[in-house]
Amino acid sequence: MLDAAYYAALGLSSIHEKVLSGQRLSFEDGLALFHCPDVTAVGALALHVRCRLHGHKAFYVVNRQINYTNVCVNGCTFCAFRRDEENEAGAFALSLDDVLDRLRDADSTPLHLDELHIVGGCHPTRPLAWFEDMIRAVRHFNPNLPVKAFTAVEIEHFSRLEGISTLEVLRRLQAAGLVMMPGGGAEIFDEELRPQICPHKADATAWLRISGEAHSLGIKTNCTMLYGHLETYEHRIDHLCRLREQQDKSGGFTCFIPLPFLTENSRLKLPEDKVGPQRGLDQLRTVAVSRLMLDNIPHLKAYWIMMGHKLAPLALWYGADDLDGTIIEERIGHMAGAQSAQGMTIAELEHVIRASGFTPVRRNATFNTLNDTDSPEARQ
Amino acid sequence: MSTFSPAHSPFVMHGEQDKDFADVREAAALAAAGQRLDRSAAEILYYKADLHTLAQLAHAMRLRLHPDPVVTYVGDRNINYSNVCVCACRFCAFFRAPDHEDCYVISRDEMSRKVEETLALGGTQILLQGGHHPDLPLEWYEDLLRWLRQTWPQLHIHAFSPPEIFFWAEKFDISVAEVLRRLKEAGLHSLPGGGAEILHTGIRAQVSPNKCTAEQWLDVMEEAHKLGLRTTATMMFGHEEKASHRLDHLFAVREVQDRTHGFTAFIPWTFQPAHTRIEVPPLPAPAYLRLLAVSRLVLDNVPNIQSSWVTMGPQVAQLALFYGANDFGSLMIEENVVAAAGVSYHMSRADIHKVIHAAGFTPIQRTMDYRAVDPQPDVKL
Repeated sequence: MLDAAYYAALGLSSIHEKVLSGQRLSFEDGLALFHCPDVTAVGALALHVRCRLHGHKAFYVVNRQINYTNVCVNGCTFCAFRRDEENEAGAFALSLDDVLDRLRDADSTPLHLDELHIVGGCHPTRPLAWFEDMIRAVRHFNPNLPVKAFTAVEIEHFSRLEGISTLEVLRRLQAAGLVMMPGGGAEIFDEELRPQICPHKADATAWLRISGEAHSLGIKTNCTMLYGHLETYEHRIDHLCRLREQQDKSGGFTCFIPLPFLTENSRLKLPEDKVGPQRGLDQLRTVAVSRLMLDNIPHLKAYWIMMGHKLAPLALWYGADDLDGTIIEERIGHMAGAQSAQGMTIAELEHVIRASGFTPVRRNATFNTLNDTDSPEARQ
Repeated sequence: MSTFSPAHSPFVMHGEQDKDFADVREAAALAAAGQRLDRSAAEILYYKADLHTLAQLAHAMRLRLHPDPVVTYVGDRNINYSNVCVCACRFCAFFRAPDHEDCYVISRDEMSRKVEETLALGGTQILLQGGHHPDLPLEWYEDLLRWLRQTWPQLHIHAFSPPEIFFWAEKFDISVAEVLRRLKEAGLHSLPGGGAEILHTGIRAQVSPNKCTAEQWLDVMEEAHKLGLRTTATMMFGHEEKASHRLDHLFAVREVQDRTHGFTAFIPWTFQPAHTRIEVPPLPAPAYLRLLAVSRLVLDNVPNIQSSWVTMGPQVAQLALFYGANDFGSLMIEENVVAAAGVSYHMSRADIHKVIHAAGFTPIQRTMDYRAVDPQPDVKL
């Protein structure tokens, strides 16, 4: 039976007590949870926290992803998506019309988007003005559609390219209509490890600072962790603790998304024993430990594109409360070898959530709940 | 109203769930004490317990039955001797009607190649099943078995599910026992537990109206066990049955097993709907693991529970090792039936070993009757 005696036998008495009484877990607690061989015991604690926050609700969003370019100056070793130049094989850079065409297709009845997710590579020449125009054009097309765009990494890139501060970049994008930022580019914060996987990308300090600046302007953001490559459990806990610290200061993180590293098409080669189908348990354990450590971040996403459609619904039992959404077209994970489909329908998402034991709740980009009275018809 | 309680914390009571929570604790205490679950306790656990509580109970029971941190698997290949079938079950994407242009009956050459490949890959057995072919005489099957046994005496022949046996008994107007006796005589070693679907007469009438009934399926198994043929039992769920029918199925298997002790293992999997004539969305992994855990708890007289990577994928199958499963099924050198329904996972022997190791267990290759093969394969990870 999953009771105090059970956790005592696992050496997790104090963690069990802390979780039930809502106390913060320490770095060492996090490590102990990663090392606990009983994945069920860890999952049960995460389920408890997840139910305290969200009951039996599981969120999803009707969204469309647009990756505007994969031309990127960063050269991260793990990335299978990026290309150095526009004329390279497999490179693409969407025009403003391309973006609007995709949006028009996706926003047509009966879908009605509640989130537009736009991220891309750090393009060497495309100016900030182009992105301001893009957001304005999207807002003009549909003023009710929340635009979630640009990771902290892209913001830093714009600032370098334009010779202005990151805060100024954020102000200009906000003025153009940006309401929310996705949480990509955090990868793993550790200063020794980060240069090995993303040597030219904004470092941990910059990534966290930019998130804090966005929060200070009232722009909510998500946050992520890329795991399952060269890092240790210590690196993961360190990463989670830094996010938790930043959240204590700036409070604007809405959702945490753990991203399992996909090895398939990456230049970053892992030893044979780290490659293969055996990492499912690690994924669920990471979801659970993240839920338990990040006591000040409200939502945790089981991103089905990266976890796969089999494992993602299970993550709802291991601390996740969100499945992301319809997506429609995803390129970053798929170029890395993701086996998932390109999109899911509303009916599929709702069925998966219900048949997994949860109640589906449709949300928008900023995690505002859209209930039945928010149906597309009612909103117009 | 759903049969199943919505997800809730394993630790605290929430308002209206108070009564449920107390019921679950009571049923869980029975299971934890190793007592036999009656229908009502099984219903409470299946419908109302949270997934982690179920997992913990099922895994504790698995460790009582199999204390060693070992997960077994068998090296075999599914060989479908023919896809010709007169049943036309609505859930099946594999069969072809007798006049269809894609019909086949396997040749001896083809069979020979498949067996040699299996043995070369360290396999020890073949699982031989087919459709209900309207024209092949029983002698055809007897000849096939004799030829297999003479050519490869070391090969374990795990063949012919109960619906095939029953079909031949009716067709040739002899008893089920007589069919089984003749096949055993010709070289049959054991029976796979396929074609059970859901052992409920009404549901079978809906999804597989031309196949043997639930009672007939169970009778074939009981006869086989009496003749000393060991068998497995399966369940395919998530099509047109209700949750309660799945419990009917488990209790029916348990009742026969109390008399015969001939089932070596129970193998549940979820229905894969693509290319079939049943339009339902596939059940997600939590629904699979819930049923798997309850199977472990109810089937206290069936020694082994298999996880199904062929339908659920390697990751969910790995997690299943904490939900009551102690066996990883088969190396599955070839599989056609699930693949026809649009699902094709592939696992090499190294993958299977990695998945089992990463879950904290030692992989052991076994025979049909759960003895370790000797020597064990040398697997480089």
